[in-house]
Amino acid sequence: MIDVKNLSKSFGSHLVLNNISQHIYPGEKVVIIGPSGSGKSTFLRCLNLLEEPTGGTITFDGIEITNPKTDINAVRRQMGMVFQHFNLFPNMNICDNITLAPVQTGLMSKAEAVETAMALLKRVGLEDKAKAYPAQLSGGQKQRIAIVRALAMKPKLMLFDEPTSALDPEMVGEVLNVMKQLALDGMTMVVVTHEMGFAREVGSRILFIDGGQVQEENTPEEFFNHPQNPRLKDFLSKVL
Amino acid sequence: MNVDQLYASLLDIPKTDLSLWQDFFLKFYRAWFADGRWISYFRGLVTTLEVTVIALIIGVAMGVLVAIIRTAHDQQRPGTHNILLGLLNSVCKIYVTIIRGTPMMVQLMIWGFVIFATSRNFTLVGALGLGINSGAYVAEIIRGGLMSLDPGQMEAGRSLGLNYIQTMRFIVIPQAFKAILPSLGNEFIVLLKDTSLISVIAGKEIVYAARAIGARTYEYMFPLIITAIMYLIMVLIFSWLQGKLERRLRRSDRR
Repeated sequence: MIDVKNLSKSFGSHLVLNNISQHIYPGEKVVIIGPSGSGKSTFLRCLNLLEEPTGGTITFDGIEITNPKTDINAVRRQMGMVFQHFNLFPNMNICDNITLAPVQTGLMSKAEAVETAMALLKRVGLEDKAKAYPAQLSGGQKQRIAIVRALAMKPKLMLFDEPTSALDPEMVGEVLNVMKQLALDGMTMVVVTHEMGFAREVGSRILFIDGGQVQEENTPEEFFNHPQNPRLKDFLSKVL
Repeated sequence: MNVDQLYASLLDIPKTDLSLWQDFFLKFYRAWFADGRWISYFRGLVTTLEVTVIALIIGVAMGVLVAIIRTAHDQQRPGTHNILLGLLNSVCKIYVTIIRGTPMMVQLMIWGFVIFATSRNFTLVGALGLGINSGAYVAEIIRGGLMSLDPGQMEAGRSLGLNYIQTMRFIVIPQAFKAILPSLGNEFIVLLKDTSLISVIAGKEIVYAARAIGARTYEYMFPLIITAIMYLIMVLIFSWLQGKLERRLRRSDRR
């Protein structure tokens, strides 16, 4: 689904991603873990070109998105993204937050979009918040709305950039439950997270990124039970 | 007894025998009632408001244009470089630098006595000068507002597949507008007060009227105090309206 070849990214002289090649298959749930500053968020943000790679190519469904001539907006419509800080639009109520993109990009009529929004809100248990404003919601509710907002575009792939890192501990569960449900529904997901339990339970493949490179990748069982890379062993001993 | 009769009765008293209040009344009468002079203040007031509105329209139009060009230039995808945008950006930078780097009164005099030296429509020339001056400040206010918004908002809009212009229109600008409203209101009040400067190029606003009356009666204190009070009342009215608008826009922020 996504093919990443020799991806590099540097900010000035600081090399953040060093020659990463990866392939993400449809239906896969790829979980990316690694220490802070290792480049895992940058890698994720390169996938929908929120960060412009300085080298290498990314191909999504046969379209080379790193080509400057590609209509990146059309590609992004098929990739949902969930941010650490939710990034809901505070000037709109929840319903408008969700329906803005489907309506403005011409994907749905207003009525269809509202119907989709209400159905999705029901799935995450927040249908009574449609007319509320983001400032009136808790962090966990905001993040569930952010997931719904991305899903309203009917994406083929969902990117999660540390979706639970800004939440109070008691709200982490409700967001992870929504993500687990999404995984069960067969959504292709790429998740950057520090939630090792989630990685083990939901991930189909786990990547350990450090120093701008994928140091180790494996199935959850092998990854957590028999880590090979010394830096991964060190990392896991600290977080588990 | 009305004011005219009171005035007439005071004229019979020798100047040295007048009490302080009687003296004040005489001077105020000459500055306001005599020969229907109060009408010229209100004519000046109308001109002041006209100039403010024209200058405001020019200022906001130029400010928005310059702010959009400069922001769009700064937010280009790294690596891409639009030559036209680069050129426009340089022009905007020069404009802002010159306007902000020179005194308002000097700019007005250049407009009135150099560029439009042959024009008789001093008021309109003044409005143009004020508007172009205001545009540079408005541009910086708007640009500051657009830049100060959390970049995550732009990212969220773009990640949903909205293009740059749609994201600006539905997400960034509505929020930036709310953020810049206080500074924009201040700029508007500064503009309103700065209209007094067009009297140096013979624009016929309130200060011009006050000076003409002062020259006629050899007494400047009351005409100038009247002028000050008129400005103060206008500013108070606009501050009140601004406060109302801000409270309305803040509704969605309430918890």
